Amino acid sequence: MNHAEKASKFIDIMARFTDYSSKHLPDDILLRLREMRSEEDSDMANIFYDAMFEDLRLAHELSRPCCQDTGMLQFFVQVGTRFPLIDELSELLRESVIRATRTAPLRHNVVEVFDEKNTGTNVGTHIPWIDWEIIPDSDEVKIYVYMAGGGCSLPGAAQVLMPLEGYEGIVRFVFDRITSYGINACPPLFVGIGIAGSAEVAAKLSKKALLRPIGSVNPNAKGAELEMRIANGLNAIGIGPGGISGKSSVLGVHIEQAGRHPATLAVGLSTGCWAHRRGLIRIDSEINYEILTHKGATI
Amino acid sequence: MKTKVLNTPIRDEDILDLTIGDMIYLNGYMVTGRDDVHQRVVLGGKKLPVDLRGGALFHAGPIMRERDKEPGRYDVISIGPTTSMRMESTEDAFMAATGVKLIVGKGGMGDRTNEGCKANKVIHAVFPGGCAVLAAGQVEEVLGVDWLDLGMPEALWQLRVAQFGPLIVTIDTKGNNLFERNKKIFNEKKESAIAEINTHLHYHE
Ligand code: SF4
Repeated sequence: MNHAEKASKFIDIMARFTDYSSKHLPDDILLRLREMRSEEDSDMANIFYDAMFEDLRLAHELSRPCCQDTGMLQFFVQVGTRFPLIDELSELLRESVIRATRTAPLRHNVVEVFDEKNTGTNVGTHIPWIDWEIIPDSDEVKIYVYMAGGGCSLPGAAQVLMPLEGYEGIVRFVFDRITSYGINACPPLFVGIGIAGSAEVAAKLSKKALLRPIGSVNPNAKGAELEMRIANGLNAIGIGPGGISGKSSVLGVHIEQAGRHPATLAVGLSTGCWAHRRGLIRIDSEINYEILTHKGATI
Repeated sequence: MKTKVLNTPIRDEDILDLTIGDMIYLNGYMVTGRDDVHQRVVLGGKKLPVDLRGGALFHAGPIMRERDKEPGRYDVISIGPTTSMRMESTEDAFMAATGVKLIVGKGGMGDRTNEGCKANKVIHAVFPGGCAVLAAGQVEEVLGVDWLDLGMPEALWQLRVAQFGPLIVTIDTKGNNLFERNKKIFNEKKESAIAEINTHLHYHE
């Protein structure tokens, strides 16, 4: 296959995978939602869970985006330095988004700042947003597709605390956001927390925490314990599906951390909704692909 | 928790007996309207180009597809509720200006809307958030669209719906507000959850 053929095959795969990701939730989220539904005993909450599963069934059957807010497209890319399409990767991803917007179809969700006009294509200035990690000595690429909806992006926040405010300050920050903004963001929520030395690092880590599959834990034992304690605490509040109250509140709580400055303790928060559309695909140097988040998926 | 079917035009007496937590289904006329529609009507002072008296408003920005051979005719692909709270500052004025009787969205609305619902005899209800294909299946026909210059999600789409729901009443005409009540309960439980976690945060030597 020559270079141009590889590029066109890549666009085709990524457009179809983006389209697919708007219609199907990843396996870990589905599994967790099923668990939560089976544990729920409130009638009102179960009306919501039933609606959610009926919606997913129809989305699959009719091949339609399961939520009308197909979000802004974000790609978290781990690209090998020898991946043959590395130079034009961002242009190819842009093309894939334009194509998926037509085929899925995805909602037009990119408004240019200052012009205040919707581009109508789902691409725009710096959008799709691409986060880069360069992998040495590799000729393949792994790409997370993430659809950041408006409702579930709204609780997002970052703040730099003074170290003496402590981890208590972080816990309060998270709980305050979730019980105010979070209840409108289509719970059960997936809560991502970043802890670092400055706001932008904490914010970015908080989003990356949502890429990890549910069930995985923070590599630091204390971090893993705090994830569990915050999840239990939020569940005890009983926000329920849609915020109408119920037995639990969250799909999960993940924390990612970076070293901090001695004089700062920054916290970032990102939330995913129950329709957490996150897909992971691996593409090799011959542009063969493997989907890692949706078992048995055909695109 | 009772279940009731509402048909448009909705009269005051159809909704006066509804209480927060009740379940309803809607038949009839509903339009979509979110940030920009409220901006135009309430802040811009423009007249709504449709008659919404006795009708329903859906806080939603849908995905629509124009029919190939019939320009101007649309089908709904996916339509679910958007966060109602964004319309909090303008919803009372919107009710007074339009005569709408049922507002559907997701999440709660605040005191100002609560007062507006009481004064104008309007209810707010939620459709399960994110369940957009489910909702699309309950739209019988896209009757038309105005203000398409605002973009697909923000335009004023006019719909005929059948058995649209489940809708849970979250603000009734008597001053009750399900989400505000929940918020108080959540906040109380929050304090005890935080206090418990704080006893385990001894990371310093
Ligand atoms: S919060 Fe999620 S499920 Fe709810 S409307 Fe937004 S994207 Fe859809």
